[in-house]
Formats: sequence, structure tokens, C-alpha cells
Amino acid sequence: MARAVTTQHKTIATAAAWIVALLIFFPILYTIITSFKSEQEAIQGFALIPSGTMESYAEVQAQSGYFKFFLNSVILSVGSTLLAILIAVPAAWSMAFSPTKRTKDILMWMLSTKMMPAVAVLFPIYLIFRDSGLLDSRIGLTVMLMLINLPIVVWMLYTYFREIPGEILEAARMDGASLWNEIIYVLTPMAVPGIASTMLLNIILAWNEAFWTIRLTTTNAAPLTAFISSFSSPQGLFWAKLSAASTLAIAPILIMGWFSQKQLVRGLTFGAVK
Amino acid sequence: MKLRTLTLGLLSASALAFAAHAESITIATVNNGDMVRMQKLTDDFTKANPDIQLNWVTLEENVLRERVTTDIATKGGQYDVMTIGTYEVPIWAKQSWLLPLDKLGDDYDVKDIIPAIAGGLSVDGKLYAAPFYGESSFVMYRKDLMEKAGLKMPDAPTWEFIKQAADKMTDRANGVNGVCLRGKAGWGENMAFLTAMSNSFGARWFDENWKPQFDQPEWKKTLQFYVDLMKADGPEGASSNGFNENLALFQQGKCGMWIDATVAASFVSDPKASKVADKVGYALAPDTGLGKRGNWLWAWSLAVPAGTKKADAAEKFVSWATSKHYAELVASKEGWANVPPGTRSSLYANADYQKAAPFAKMTLDSINAADPTHPTVKPVPYVGVQFVAIPEFQGLGTTVGQLFSAALAGQSSVDDALKQAQDAATAAMTEGGYIK
Repeated sequence: MARAVTTQHKTIATAAAWIVALLIFFPILYTIITSFKSEQEAIQGFALIPSGTMESYAEVQAQSGYFKFFLNSVILSVGSTLLAILIAVPAAWSMAFSPTKRTKDILMWMLSTKMMPAVAVLFPIYLIFRDSGLLDSRIGLTVMLMLINLPIVVWMLYTYFREIPGEILEAARMDGASLWNEIIYVLTPMAVPGIASTMLLNIILAWNEAFWTIRLTTTNAAPLTAFISSFSSPQGLFWAKLSAASTLAIAPILIMGWFSQKQLVRGLTFGAVK
Repeated sequence: MKLRTLTLGLLSASALAFAAHAESITIATVNNGDMVRMQKLTDDFTKANPDIQLNWVTLEENVLRERVTTDIATKGGQYDVMTIGTYEVPIWAKQSWLLPLDKLGDDYDVKDIIPAIAGGLSVDGKLYAAPFYGESSFVMYRKDLMEKAGLKMPDAPTWEFIKQAADKMTDRANGVNGVCLRGKAGWGENMAFLTAMSNSFGARWFDENWKPQFDQPEWKKTLQFYVDLMKADGPEGASSNGFNENLALFQQGKCGMWIDATVAASFVSDPKASKVADKVGYALAPDTGLGKRGNWLWAWSLAVPAGTKKADAAEKFVSWATSKHYAELVASKEGWANVPPGTRSSLYANADYQKAAPFAKMTLDSINAADPTHPTVKPVPYVGVQFVAIPEFQGLGTTVGQLFSAALAGQSSVDDALKQAQDAATAAMTEGGYIK
């Protein structure tokens, strides 16, 4: 009897998980389906079976060079992530292993910068970028994306580092390890899963960032978000083309997420399973 | 090793970004058929001007508006040529944000630009933007359904006739709605239509002293007529229909009449996209006999921002893209039907164009029937047919659009919507310092 209940529960839980997963994934799925429709089909109403035409992809390819935008997306997301990790590892290390009574306040203050809508600082940031010649430059945007994701990176790394027993670091110190050696050879290897999942999440966030990447670029540094935005048309039908552009833009990050999902899930649930 | 390779890659890519600047001009534009076509034809320009390289930035309309506004207000200098509409030109020119276009060349023939369009793009007699394509609005109707209803569409119908025809054409059992009109909220969506419509009912947004006029009987007549007409003969869920939604409905044969942009004519008469391509007739936008018709005027135009450092090259490009030569170039490559419409009188005198575009005459008549400098029956202190050319209008227009869209959806009464619109407009005008 008990066994039957367990099986039943399992079935219900599995079904529920599938339904939730499908609900979350559905907008992306429908975007992909729409990209294989003609413009007329796309606007005609809800339909899950497309005619399978590739005309939108052909038009999107003909209209703008995908590769240039793709390359910028890679450079910006990977670059900003590496830069953020370089800064966040020492910061999280000091807060996790040498906390002071203000550490919590500092962490909260860092997070508070995420509580303001980005548009509130559009003009000051725009003027700084203009005056320092950083508008439409990859360097400027890399720094910008690093800055906006830094609080999350520090918070995630701090949580992972807290899980590592301080005694191990103490033992390393006893053996005469310098501070640098301690971080590189003792702390980092133990925190690799945490750092990896932080990096993955940060790459995804930077890849999808659409406020600053559209507003601070024109041509040279414009990533895939700008590519998608260019297919919305004030007149004429554009849903299928827009869907094709979106599918092309999210495909790389979706594939990367698929392959690294084990790392990602492990890293994200690190604290919960302990 | 991997890290080093990545860092090197990052640095060299950044260096490349800085190297790519030289003799290039950056053009900000929207994504529509005419603009995309122009991008494909730029070889003609770069061959004649090998020292000028063109960079294109294509953006969604609202993002474009926000980006160019930010850039121009801060003199960011990111763009050398901007695609803007008739709404922005008078406001920006008065702020000295745009350079006057006085070096368009000897063979440019400024006088050939349709006067109504040129008027909307000029301030104090100086042209601040060159029209790339222009449009008005008119009635597109199904000739077969009109005949079945036993009626004949006049060239210049009244709103009463439209109502009568819509009632007769509506056949909901067969999915036919007598009339399809914009209902989606937005200053460029339902308010473009309703503001133009209100002109023909004798209404106006503001009196000569900037006092909002939504409490006047003309607005009540306009909105009541619109809501009643749509309830009786409009499609289901009309309050979320904009240009594209109505276009799809008309193309599928679900609308007897559609009053919208003249540029839609080429879409509804295209047999590849429209089921009713061979059954469409055109007429001027309706009136009520007060001397103004319910049609608007819009031109996507190319302007040179005051912050550019490459004004000469930019103006050279603007001149090329809006010239007679460009029209001929498009005609030779893609046929006369694809030439950007609504900007030059000479195009409408061209026999080849008239043959390729059966809606040409009605388009020109519609454009000529709009007067952005005297848009209303009673006098007003503003410029603009379907908008009010003041910076506050984008926000206010959208707020009022939401109220009117709610009235169409039946969420509020016409009286409530007008009262709230009056309050919102009074607040915005007071805040803007127009009234005390």
C-alpha cells in the first residue's frame, strides 16, 4: 500500500515537474515554432504546427550580418565574466574568511545597487561614456556589464566560500602558504564548482542583457540583443522574422546551458543540499 | 593557457573596435521595407563617394526614438544621420538639435517635395529633414462587399456613409466585420487615428491658450461615434488591434473597410500576401462636412543632428537617399511599385508609376488634403495633424490612448474616458507650464 502511494506521488510529482518545465519553456518553444512559419501564418493565430518554411531565416541572414553581433556577444559576456571573477574572488574571500561586523552591511549595500531601475542612471552613465570616448566600444560595455553583474557574482561566491571550512585555510597557513598561494592552490580548487556555476550564470545574464547593450552601442560593439531589436518593424509583418532572429540569438546560450546544466544545477543548489 | 588566449582575444578585439572609425557615417533607422531596400542599394552612393563609408543601425521604432533623443540631447555624436518622423522635426529644430538642410545640391529640386510634407518638416521656412517616404491615411474597402450591400463608395465619403456601409457589410456569421479601425493604445497607434478623426468632427486637443478640450461636445461626438461604430461593426477584441493586426484581418478578408495608412495599399493589393488583392478600392478619409478630413500626415525623414562632426558627408547621403535619382534607381532595380511613396510631386506625374501603383492618385490626394500647420476646424496653437508637436505629447498621447482604448473595450464609459482625459491633459499642461 505504502509502495503504491509512493509510486503515485512520484508520478504526480513528475507530471507536475513536466508541466512547470513546459510552462517555463513554452515562450521559447513558441518563438522557435513561429520562426518556421511564414509572416501570414505567424499573425493568423495560435498554431503549434508550422509550415516549416525557412524564408524568415533566409531574410534575417540577408538583412544583417549575424556573425559580427554573435562575436560581440561572446566577447562581452565572456570578457565581463572573467573581469567580474577577477574582482569578486578576492572580495568574497575577504568577506567569507575575515568577516568584520560591517561585512553583512557591505554585502547588502552591494546588492542594493541592483534595486534601482537601470534607466534611472542612463543619463549619467551615458555622459561618462560619451566624455571618455567609450560609447559603442567593447571595452566600455565589458566594464559596464561586469559592474552590473558584480553584486550577484560576489554574493554567489561569498555563499560558496562560506561552505568551505576555514580550518583548511588555516592548515595551509600553518604550512607556510602565502596569501596568494592560499587563494590559488587551496581555496580555488575547492570552490571550482561554485566559481564555474557563477561564471555560467554570469555569462547567461550578460548575454541576455538588453538595456545597456542596446543603449550604449551603435555598430562596432552591438551584440545579439541589438540584432534582435533591429527586426521589429513599424509597418508590415515581422513576427516570423523577429522569431527567427531571436532563435538565432538564443541558440548559442541555450546550447551552452544544455551542455553545462549539471554544473549549473549543482552550483545553484550548492547551499540547499548541504 | 585558456585564460591567456581569451584575454588576448578580448584585447585584440577591443583594439579592432577602436580602429574601425575613419571616414564613416552612422545612420540610425527603423526596419521597414523601404529602409531595408535602401541599405541594399547603397553601392550606388559609395561608388560615387568612395571616401564615405556607411554604417547602419537598425532599431525598433520606440527604441530608436529613445536612442536618438538621448544622443541628440547629450550631443553624444553617435549618429550622423537619423531617421525621424514629422512629430520630432519641429520640436527638435526649435531646440537647435538639427542642422538645416541647405546644401542638398543644385539638382536636388527642393520645390518638387510635396508642399504638405515639406511644411511638416520645416521651421521658419527652413527644411530640417528630407522626407524619405510620406504617407497619409485613407479608406480601403472591399469593392465586392460594397456592391453586395447595394452601395457605391464616393471618392470623398462622410462618416455617416461609412457607418451606413459598415452596418450593411457586417456579416459576423461569415467572419466579416464592416469596419476595422485601430484600438491599441498608444500615441502613434489609436491616438493617431482618433486625433485625425477628431479633426473632421471639429474637435481639437487644445484651444489657442493651451486649454485641453476633451470636455467639449466635439470630442464627445468623435469618441461616441467611434465606440458605437466599432461595437456594431468592428472586429472582436478591437481594443488591442494596431496597424499590423488590422492589416492581417483585411488581408484575410475579414474587414469590409479599413481606414489606415496609405502605405498599407501596397500590402493589401499584393496578391502574394492578400486574399482580397484584386477587390480593394480606395477613397479619401471621411469627413462631416466641416472642411477637415480624418486623415493624417506622416513622413519618415532623414535629418542631420547638430552634434555630428561629419555634416557634409551626412548631408550628401541625405541628398542621395531622398533624390529623384534614388527613385529612378529603385525603379530600375525593383520596379516602380517599390519606389518610396509620398515625397515628390514628380513621382505622381510619372505615367509608369501611376500604372504600377493604382492607389497613387488617391494617396497624393490624401496627402494634399492634410495640412499640418492648420490641422483643425477651430484655430490651435500647435503643429501636427494626428499629434501635437510638443515634447509632452508622447506621454500624454499614450495616457489618453489608454483611456480611449478602455472605453472601446467597454471598461469605462465614453463620458468617464473623456473626463479622465481632460484631467490628465490639464495636469500635463499645468506641469509643462503651458497653463496655470
